[in-house]
Amino acid sequence: MLRLSCPFCGPRDEREFHCGGQSHIQRPGPAEAVSDASWGSYLFDRINPRGHHAERWHHSFGCGRWFNVLRDTTTHHILAVYAMTEPVPDMVQSDSVA
Amino acid sequence: MREGLKSAPAWGAAWRDAAPGPAYDVVIVGGGGHGLACAYYLAKNHGIRNVAVIEKGWIGGGNSGRNTTVVRSNYYYPASARLYDFSVDLYEKLHSELNYNIMFSQRGMITLAHSRHDMEAAVKWVGAMNANGVATRMLTRADIARAVPFLDMSADARYPVLGGFAQEKAGTARHDAVVWGYARAADRLGVDIIQNCAVTGFMRSADGAIAGVETTRGTIACGRVGLAVAGSSTTLADLAGFRLPVSSYALQAFVSEPIKPVIDTVVLSLATGMYVSQSDKGGLVVGGGLDHYLSYAQRGNLPVAGNVLGALAEQFPALARVRLLRQWAGIVDVVADSSPILGRTPVPGLFINCGWGTGGFKAIPAGGTLLAHHIATGDPHPLAAPFSLDRFSTGALIDEAGASGIAH
Repeated sequence: MLRLSCPFCGPRDEREFHCGGQSHIQRPGPAEAVSDASWGSYLFDRINPRGHHAERWHHSFGCGRWFNVLRDTTTHHILAVYAMTEPVPDMVQSDSVA
Repeated sequence: MREGLKSAPAWGAAWRDAAPGPAYDVVIVGGGGHGLACAYYLAKNHGIRNVAVIEKGWIGGGNSGRNTTVVRSNYYYPASARLYDFSVDLYEKLHSELNYNIMFSQRGMITLAHSRHDMEAAVKWVGAMNANGVATRMLTRADIARAVPFLDMSADARYPVLGGFAQEKAGTARHDAVVWGYARAADRLGVDIIQNCAVTGFMRSADGAIAGVETTRGTIACGRVGLAVAGSSTTLADLAGFRLPVSSYALQAFVSEPIKPVIDTVVLSLATGMYVSQSDKGGLVVGGGLDHYLSYAQRGNLPVAGNVLGALAEQFPALARVRLLRQWAGIVDVVADSSPILGRTPVPGLFINCGWGTGGFKAIPAGGTLLAHHIATGDPHPLAAPFSLDRFSTGALIDEAGASGIAH
């Protein structure tokens, strides 16, 4: 069971949340300049890393708001929780957080 | 019998635990069912015997040893129906093909409909499957009550059963036997099976084509490489320098203590996504949906375990007190349209078999045949052609997500 800290409500069990997948995906544009390959890549390709992953979470059974989580996909350690508008925190040296 | 009582000293190993050679015609990465089957069919169907299967752990230790052994072809779209039905047909003959008892038991699969909407969907699916040549039939409430006596069919059931449908030629097979059977048969045709050998990189020639693989046991030169590594597909694609539309999730499964026979088919509930069959040893083999966030940890989370086992206890009240022996998870490679990715990659000489998601076991003979065909001939097998990687830019998706009632 993950314990996620909603920035608005505090720590709650993962049952209250829904994971919205990879964060910080940029939609390519302008539309008329986007090739089929880059549009397909935008829609479907994912980095799917073995290790740190920046992802969106939604507090579905709570405040209903979105936020970002940096999580390790091999250990499920939560490395950082940050706002939707913030960039990914640089965690290279701080693997031992969690 | 005598050998069995003496720890079988005279029987010997069923395959050689080979050390890596300097060069092969083809290297298959991944010693699961798909990889071993591919090596076997390369040797058997195409006469390419200078082949190595390299496996980072031990053969059959990944998803081939972590599935729930169900084999079925009740898919919605024609391309999927052809692919999976081809696989079931190969499974039917596999014991004699490999001279190995894979314990394939065509005990049928029953999908339960719990609402008017489920029933409408079931009628649509059965119509499509029969039109595609996959025999399925609608079941009434009475049919299901007779076939699955332990199911809660009472008037006040939490998940009332209105009807359902069945694929009679679906069933289960012994997963380890499938792996061991292909391993032994491939070994006898000259394939080297190399365990504890993880890929760390790919060697490329001046024109960018595959020239070999770098491994934890040294470099191995080869002309072509096939990847059959399920949940690790992205990790290897990263090493080769291309991106895949794959997400890796944990899929859990559970097995109970052995009990007397109570379920002689495979039962799947559309309402809860839970499905259950009973192994020949008597253990209930139970599965359900995915853990819905990326995971490379081969263990499942508690909320999904609660949902799956809660559904079992609710729908089979008499089984609620049965104790579990084991719980585990495999890392499955999920694709947006819940269909596999078969064939060439952006790297010349590198071919892939991935994206089977939650249902790779049933497709082992087909996946091996089709990957071998593409590696040997350079062209996709007609059954594999619709499942190429470029469908994600052409838009020709084969969207089986939910199309056949399985919670992918």
